[in-house]
Amino acid sequence: MSDTKTELTNLTWQGLWQNNPALVQLLGLCPLLAVTATITNGLGLGLATTLVLIGSNVTVSLVRNFVPNEIRIPIFVMVIAAFVTVIELVMNAYTYELYLALGIFIPLIVTNCAIIGRAEAYASKNPVGYAAYDGLSMGIGFTLVLVVLGGFRELLGYGTLFSGAELLLGDWATVLEITVFTSESPFLLAILPPGAFLAMGLIIAAKNALDQRLEKLNAKQEKRVVERARVTAE
Amino acid sequence: MKLSLASSPHQHVRRDTGAVMRLVCYAALPGILAQVVFFGWGVLVQLILAGITAVAAEAVILMLRKKPIKRTLQDYSAVLTGLLLAISIPPLAPWWIIVLGTCFAIIIVKQLYGGLGFNMFNPAMAAYVMLLISFPVQMTNWLPPQSLVENNASLLDAVWVVFTGYTVEGYSVAQLKVDIDGISMATPLDHVKTALMSGQTVAEATNVSFMYGTTGAGWVWVTLAYLFGGLALIQQRVITWHIPGSMIAAVALVSLLFYVVSPDNYASPYFHLINGSVIVGAFFIATDPVSASTTPRGRLVFGALIGFWIVIIRIFGNYPDAVAFAVVIMNMAVPLIDYYTQPRTYGHRA
Repeated sequence: MSDTKTELTNLTWQGLWQNNPALVQLLGLCPLLAVTATITNGLGLGLATTLVLIGSNVTVSLVRNFVPNEIRIPIFVMVIAAFVTVIELVMNAYTYELYLALGIFIPLIVTNCAIIGRAEAYASKNPVGYAAYDGLSMGIGFTLVLVVLGGFRELLGYGTLFSGAELLLGDWATVLEITVFTSESPFLLAILPPGAFLAMGLIIAAKNALDQRLEKLNAKQEKRVVERARVTAE
Repeated sequence: MKLSLASSPHQHVRRDTGAVMRLVCYAALPGILAQVVFFGWGVLVQLILAGITAVAAEAVILMLRKKPIKRTLQDYSAVLTGLLLAISIPPLAPWWIIVLGTCFAIIIVKQLYGGLGFNMFNPAMAAYVMLLISFPVQMTNWLPPQSLVENNASLLDAVWVVFTGYTVEGYSVAQLKVDIDGISMATPLDHVKTALMSGQTVAEATNVSFMYGTTGAGWVWVTLAYLFGGLALIQQRVITWHIPGSMIAAVALVSLLFYVVSPDNYASPYFHLINGSVIVGAFFIATDPVSASTTPRGRLVFGALIGFWIVIIRIFGNYPDAVAFAVVIMNMAVPLIDYYTQPRTYGHRA
C-alpha cells in the first residue's frame, strides 16, 4: 500500500518538476514554442497533449506484453496517432475556433517526443494504473509550462491575460480576460518565435536557479535517482 | 622563457580593454558631431540615455553575478555598446526604445552569455535587430536633414520629443518630418526602396530635392565623418584593415554586379556605400573584437560575407537597411570561419 503511495508521489514529483517534459527533458519543444503566444493556445494544446498522453500510456501499458520488442516503436506511434485523431476530431467539433488557431500543431502532437518518450520509458514497463497516472502528471507538467510561457508572452506582447479563453472554455470564460495594459506599440518580439526561445530559456534558468537554492537548503536530504527518458529531439 | 596563454583578440599593441574601447568611442566623435549638425540634438539625448542605461544595467548584473563592478565598468565596453546603439536608432525615437534596447544588449546578449569576451553576437546589433522587428514604426521614423525641414527642433524640443512624443510647441515627429514644400520625407534607402517597388527607376527615385542637393545633404557628410574616424582607428592600430576593407569591397562589388545587369532597377555602388550604415558598420560595428572573426584570412571572409548579405538583404529584403542583420548572421558563422582559417604554424609543412 505504502509502495503505491510512494510511487504515485514520485510520479507526481517527476512529472511536474524533477523530470518535467518541457523544462528538463526538453521534449516537444516544437509545439511548445510555436503555439504559446497566448495562455489560451497554450492551455488548449496542453490539455490535448495530456489527453493523448493518458490514452496512449494506458493503451501501451495494456498491450505491453503482446508487442514484439522489434516493432514496438511503430506500434506506439500508431496508438498515439489514433488518439491524436480522436482529440483532433473532438476539438474540431467542440472548440472549432481554437482548433483553427492551433492549426497544424494538433496533428503534430503525434510527433511530440514527450509522448513516445513516456510510452517507451514508462508505460511499456509498468502496469496500467501507474502508466495512466504517469501520463496525467507528465501532461499536467507540460501544460503548466505551456501556460506559464503563454502567459509570459501574452502579457509582454499583447498586455492581456486569458484573451480568447471562451474559445476553449465556453462563453462564460470571456470574464476571465484581463487587460493589464494597452499599448500602441506591442512588443512584437515576445509574440514572434524568437521571443518563445528567449522566454523558454529564462524559464529554464529560473527553474535551475530555484533547484540550486532548494538543493542548498536540503543539502542533507538524500538524492533521488532519476531515470531520464531521452529520445532524439524533434 | 615564459610562455603564457592569452585569449583573443591577439593584439600587437599593449593596451588594456578600456583604452581600446575609449579610443573607439573617441573615433566615433566626428560622426556623432556630424549627426548632431545635420539631424539635430536628438542623437545627443539618445547617447546620454544609452550611456546611463548601459552602465546601470551592467552594474546591476555584475552585482547579481558577484563580479567586480568597478573594474569591469572601467573596460568601457558597456558604454561603447550604448553608443553604437544610440547612433543607429532614429534620433527622435521615444526614450523607452533606447532604454529597452540597451538593457537587452547588455543583459541578454552580453551578460547572460558570460559577459565581455563570451558573447557570440554583437550586443548593439542584436539589440538593434530586436528593436527593429519589435517596433518597426518607431525604428524607421528618421528625420530628414535639418536644412530641409520646416520646423527645426531645439535641444529642449529634442528632449521633449524623446520623452513625450511632442515638441514644446506641440509638434509631433510626423510634423517635424515635413519639408519646406510640405512633403513628408524618408531616408534615401527607404525612399528608393519604396519608389522601386512602385515601378519607378533608380534615376527617377533619386531625382528628388532632399537627396543630392547642392549642399550634399546630411547623410553623405555623416558617412564621411565616420569614415574619417574609422581610418583613424586603423591608423591607431585599434582595428585591422581586413574587415572594413573586405566588407566595403564586397558591398561595392555585389552592388556593381546588380547595377551592371540593370541600372534602372538597382542602385549604384556609390549609393549603397554612402547611404545607410555601411561605413559605420564596416569600421565600428563589424570590427567588434569579441564577436568578429580573429584570424586575418577569417576576417577577410567575415567582412566580405557581411558585405554580400548587406546588398542581398537591402535589395530583396523587407527592411530598408541590412547592416545589423548581416552582422548578426555572420556572427553565427564566426566559429566555423575561424576553424577553417587558422593560420599555419611557422615551419609547419602542408
